[in-house]
Amino acid sequence: MNHSESFRSFTMATWLGWQVESNWADPFLFAIYVIIKPLAGAAILVVMYSIITHGNYNSPLFPYIYLGNAFYIYVGSVMTGVSWAVIEDREHYKTLKYMYVAPINIPFYLLGRGVSRVLIGTVAVIVTLLVGKLFLHVPLDITKINWGLFFISLFIGVTLLAMMGLILASITLMIVNHNFFIGDAVASALYLFSGAIFPLEVLPAWLRPIGFAMPITYWLELMRRSLIGNVAQAFPTLARFSNLELISILTGLTIIFGIASIFTFRWCDHRARERGLIDRVTNY
Amino acid sequence: MKANNSLAFSPSEKVTGWRLFIKTIGARAYPRVIGMQREKSWMFFDVFLPLLAVSAYVFVYRAIGAPEEYVGFVVVGGAMTAFWLNILWSMSSQLYWEKEQGNLALYIMAPNSMMAVLLGMALGGLVATTLRALAIIVLGSLIFQVQYSITSFTQLIAVFFLAMTALYGMGMMSASLFLLFSREAWHLANLAQEPVYLFSGFYFPIKSFNFWLAAAASFIPLTLGLDAMRQLIFPSGALLGFLSVKFEITVLIILCVVFLAGAKFLLDYMEKLAIREGRITENRR
Repeated sequence: MNHSESFRSFTMATWLGWQVESNWADPFLFAIYVIIKPLAGAAILVVMYSIITHGNYNSPLFPYIYLGNAFYIYVGSVMTGVSWAVIEDREHYKTLKYMYVAPINIPFYLLGRGVSRVLIGTVAVIVTLLVGKLFLHVPLDITKINWGLFFISLFIGVTLLAMMGLILASITLMIVNHNFFIGDAVASALYLFSGAIFPLEVLPAWLRPIGFAMPITYWLELMRRSLIGNVAQAFPTLARFSNLELISILTGLTIIFGIASIFTFRWCDHRARERGLIDRVTNY
Repeated sequence: MKANNSLAFSPSEKVTGWRLFIKTIGARAYPRVIGMQREKSWMFFDVFLPLLAVSAYVFVYRAIGAPEEYVGFVVVGGAMTAFWLNILWSMSSQLYWEKEQGNLALYIMAPNSMMAVLLGMALGGLVATTLRALAIIVLGSLIFQVQYSITSFTQLIAVFFLAMTALYGMGMMSASLFLLFSREAWHLANLAQEPVYLFSGFYFPIKSFNFWLAAAASFIPLTLGLDAMRQLIFPSGALLGFLSVKFEITVLIILCVVFLAGAKFLLDYMEKLAIREGRITENRR
């Protein structure tokens, strides 16, 4: 692998992705756009919770739901961000064919396109956490946060999501219709099965194994544990696992997804070239 | 030699006035309805995706020990998201898509009314989306065993059609506003998704909000439509209703008139403005 070419592809795509994402509006409108959507999503859950519990935010279930939902912003952002780049370049800007003939590394280019979404997602997560801390009594204490665990888990988690995004981007190269929705479809499915907004025990017993097979389940648990420690460990879903065991599982699954993403991209890329799908416009 | 009559040019009957108006509505509604038959993968994406969101919210309610009727509220609200998504992506931003694909100039050049084009889009979208919403309600109700108790079929049908008329009138109105947008159209439609789910009470009764906030949210027809429908189909719906059903029907009638008249006015104004500013054929990607 040519490292300078890969690095250049990644950084150039990061800059391009940021321009595409942000330069359609003035900074003020863009800032509103970045925070309103995730805050509204969080507010739906907060209202649902407060109606039923009459505003009892002291229950450990509330931070479980709130933090799971906050960090889930990354899932949609990163996975959809990487896969959406294929649609944008191929169908909208019609530039994917030019990217293919340029001296760049396409997988690194696609990953770079997702970085802007990571940045936007990070702002949304921080604002959501701040609102939770300031207005909803989410028990976030900056002196009690396990920062080491937090940053390690965040790094592994975002890497995992990027690999999943690359798999989706590879599949998107092959799909004719409704490829706009593939990122949303997977993110929605994971939202339901990964215990993001309710403990897996709430799912029917026959659906729980799906949740345990999802790497995001372990990632969200680690994020919660790093921020609110014992409160998160009180839930039985993954209580039998130590932090180290959870990190090991997450790292193992990230490596598996990383390898899978390389092979999936190679196969889909070859098929897409063979079938002339690189410059296709489906108009859906 | 005798000419082959089948190859001779035969101009079709010239249609004008209200006949052209009706024909345009049918012509624009046609691809939306027929398209569903030709591309059946929508069943997976347009039914399966909202059903996943519905399921997630149902399990949240179960996790926090909510009464079972809230599950029904979520199923009905989740089905109604199909209409809001249709308004955002297939009504409001449709003229923007048409501009991107180069069809908008053809619509304006053709001797038909743009209002009829929008009505056709609305009618086709309404039929197609009603099928999706019904599929979500049926599947959601079966999966989560939702119990319904309809108090008045007449009022329920009236509420549904009034809410849809007002909603699609609103969509037609916003379509004319989107006529002026470029790249920001996609982002603005995307931005209007979750906040409306929140303020219109898609997943909880709107009565939970402060009165004035709920009243302001009632500007979106789905807010009162959904509230009235819940009151009419769930045993405890009336207790959790924001206003009486009769009052909500009255407000929906007013909204129908306001949005349809507003759509006509705004479309005429925006079309002139877009032509004057040269935005009909622009392509700022």
